[in-house]
Amino acid sequence: MNVYLDNNATTRVAPEVLEAMLPYFKDEYGNPSSMHSVGGRVKKEIEAARAKVAELIGADPQEIVFTSCGTESDNTAIRGALEASSGKKHIITSRVEHPAVLSTVRYLEKRGYSLTELPVDRQGMIDMSEYEAAFREDTGLVSIMWANNETGVIFPIHEMAEIARGKGVVFHTDAVQAAGKLKIDMKDTPADLLSISGHKLHAPKGIGVLYVRRGTPMTPFMLGGHQESGRRAGTENVPYIVGLGRAAELAIAGMAEENTRIKSLRDKLEKALLEKCPDAMLNGHPEHRLPNTTNISFEFVEGEAILLMLNREGIAASSGSACTSGSLEPSHVMRAMGVPFTAAHGSIRFSLSRYNEEPEMDYVAEKLPPIIKRLRELSPFVKK
Amino acid sequence: MWDYTEKVMDHFYNPRNVGEIEDADGVGEVGSLACGDALTLYFKLDENKKIKDAKFKTFGCASAIASSSALTEMIRGKTIEEAEKVTNQDIAAFLGGLPEQKMHCSVMGREALDAAIENYRTGKTVQAKKIEGKVICTCFGVTEKEIERAVRENKLTTVEQVTHYTKAGGGCGGCHPAIEEIIARVRAETAVGATNEARPAKLTTIQRIKLVEETLEREIKPQLKRDGGDIELIDVEGSKVVVALRGMCSNCAAAGATLREVVEAKLKEFVSDDIFVEEEKR
Repeated sequence: MNVYLDNNATTRVAPEVLEAMLPYFKDEYGNPSSMHSVGGRVKKEIEAARAKVAELIGADPQEIVFTSCGTESDNTAIRGALEASSGKKHIITSRVEHPAVLSTVRYLEKRGYSLTELPVDRQGMIDMSEYEAAFREDTGLVSIMWANNETGVIFPIHEMAEIARGKGVVFHTDAVQAAGKLKIDMKDTPADLLSISGHKLHAPKGIGVLYVRRGTPMTPFMLGGHQESGRRAGTENVPYIVGLGRAAELAIAGMAEENTRIKSLRDKLEKALLEKCPDAMLNGHPEHRLPNTTNISFEFVEGEAILLMLNREGIAASSGSACTSGSLEPSHVMRAMGVPFTAAHGSIRFSLSRYNEEPEMDYVAEKLPPIIKRLRELSPFVKK
Repeated sequence: MWDYTEKVMDHFYNPRNVGEIEDADGVGEVGSLACGDALTLYFKLDENKKIKDAKFKTFGCASAIASSSALTEMIRGKTIEEAEKVTNQDIAAFLGGLPEQKMHCSVMGREALDAAIENYRTGKTVQAKKIEGKVICTCFGVTEKEIERAVRENKLTTVEQVTHYTKAGGGCGGCHPAIEEIIARVRAETAVGATNEARPAKLTTIQRIKLVEETLEREIKPQLKRDGGDIELIDVEGSKVVVALRGMCSNCAAAGATLREVVEAKLKEFVSDDIFVEEEKR
């Protein structure tokens, strides 16, 4: 049996999405900027896709900017907002952000910005009083993720954005993991900028979105033509935009399922693994969490070894272990949460999607415990 | 995903000689949970002082488990003196090679073997890690001696390689300058050693200089000239080749890279593996 449980890394392209894209690789090759109907037809489809994406997050279509990926959206938001913020030099972020945010703000720190990286507690949550205290006179931007990719922990974005707004500071959120899984409504969330990545919600890799609230000062990152109302130059990636529109439509329709059926599959798997494996523990807040993600540490064994053994059984997951990335230290998220080294190296993330079924959970719950047992027999830290 | 050889995967999925030996003659323990890998090695000698049994327990990734398994297979039937000669490269070679970022797993194997032999000879209680000399990398507790040995035995030339082989420098990065110094020192030593070594069977000094000249003319100059640069041979001392970059190359920001990736690589290919290139100091 092949079981794909690495949907926070990337998702399968929905067949409906592929279907929607195909004409734009063949007959509908027009440039949406052109003054003829070959281009005009395409332009209409792009605007339809824009409306669907807007609907997914409760935004106005004019607030949707298509980009090439989540990383581009994060880079554009952070650098564009700061450049437009007239000399404000302080950034607030968290220690558990995705590298797309963390590398960008640390790069800026080397170039004269000052940076506050908020710590998280053992369950991956930020202390709100600490957050509020981090604001300074010259704070130009807050960038806090909506949900964490490794643990699924959800931050109180509504509350955090409100605090930033109260202080007149632009608020960006990387919602790459949240979009499509959680209900997002920008009409009542006072965030100004929000990043989405297509391939996390069953569109292909190579398409992203930056939501820019109307009136938010932003300097464009890509310069050139007047596409995307001058906010992102470059000829539109038509098939992928159309695909993302369809994916957004499917996500809206599947939102209820995500929070019922998928969540119960996740809970079932999590419960079975924690029960069957001794010295296993959940990483991240048990409630404030994406419905599709579970991150479990198996003490005294190493993640890469677990993943390769799972792989042999046809199961795809991921790990916060040092060895899987080629770096020598375990994931920055596990370290920020203070997960002990004995557990961080053996952390495994399972992330589900709408394509998972119950028998797959039973299969994993059956295959994983003997793998952990076997690796512990090899481990010098487990005494007989 | 790592590109592991079939042999690595075989030794990972079906590790040989897992376990402990109660009345072992030598026990070596290296690594720690914090480091992400650790290995305890046991061996037992027969009446002829040959290793009749070797067992291991390893916490770590696939290549750490495979390296440990390979090591126990390799030292069985060997005397202590023979086993002592096993290098980390032998372990990697036995497995059909390891990805460079995973070479530290083979180094861990050799360190455990050293520790076990030391334990056999001195009867000293085994420590989790023997700290000998100055600690260079405080993040991973790697000593000067360990770095020197890895650089020497594996002919390492960059900090990145040292990190792949020993983990040193893989944390905060604060020790990178110290690692660079060690690399420079060890390479200088090996260069001196190379001139003293009896190499004439292969190349006399005159032959070597001639070959360096020919390679410069044929392989390197045309490439540099395409970019408006040139190179001049200043001196050859043993394996050290001193050159001067001319024309566009002389003030090119990428001159250092050119020296390593073009000049040194070609000379290694056509003259000798131990060649290293330095720019003439002005």
